[in-house]
Amino acid sequence: MPRLSRWFARTALLHLVTALLLGAAMPFAAKHSAYLAAAWPVYIHLLVLGWATQLIAAVAFWMFPRADPKAAGNDAPGWAMYGLLNSGLLLRAFAEPVGGRHALLPLAAILQLAAIVVFAATLWPRIRGR
Amino acid sequence: MPLASRVFLRLALLHLVAGSILGAWLLGAKGGWPTTAPEWFRPAHVEMLLLGWLLNLIMGTAYWILPRHATGPARGRTGPVVFALVSLNAGVITAGCFGWLVAGRALEATAAAAFALHAWSRVRPSIRPAR
Repeated sequence: MPRLSRWFARTALLHLVTALLLGAAMPFAAKHSAYLAAAWPVYIHLLVLGWATQLIAAVAFWMFPRADPKAAGNDAPGWAMYGLLNSGLLLRAFAEPVGGRHALLPLAAILQLAAIVVFAATLWPRIRGR
Repeated sequence: MPLASRVFLRLALLHLVAGSILGAWLLGAKGGWPTTAPEWFRPAHVEMLLLGWLLNLIMGTAYWILPRHATGPARGRTGPVVFALVSLNAGVITAGCFGWLVAGRALEATAAAAFALHAWSRVRPSIRPAR
């Protein structure tokens, strides 16, 4: 498994554990914490984007056929996606439950969207026959 | 990678990008930029990502990777798979973008049944040649 995929897979596992801990804390701590009371969207996005999509990226960058299987692949778009996705998710996890019109939310949105566009553009040419 | 898998996977990526554009708009609107988001963005965002992205990806990969048949067409009949492909994507658009939930979900359920019909006999131990 290449280094990029290992980073994606391990970070995905961290997101999974964090999301499930958050999910466990929300029901009983929400009365005492405004952050936890409003953390539902963060919980969902840690699972769908941080865990599932990031694990899919780990496997896809590793397994999808390359144009030239013998040549070393260009991992730069993959690392860009990694940085954009995780910084976007972190910003969102910090800002979204705070409430109000937090100025960091549009930036978090742009970072996450950019990660997805990089992912789709990188994977698109690798979806091909023999 | 067979043609049906390529179509499934490319549609999965299109749903991922389209659903993420709607999601980015919704999240940005919570922060005041853009100022508002149309109401239909949220159900369309959920439908495109949970069903359009993940199910297309799973079905495309399963059709490609599951053990092949020893006799006849290696991956079985393509009819149910093509039906699942069309029905799933029509269902996601119908339910997510037009809000016709019953029709959309019925199309999605039919797609799942057609794919299950195809995949059932391929879910078995791989037959490896003896060394």
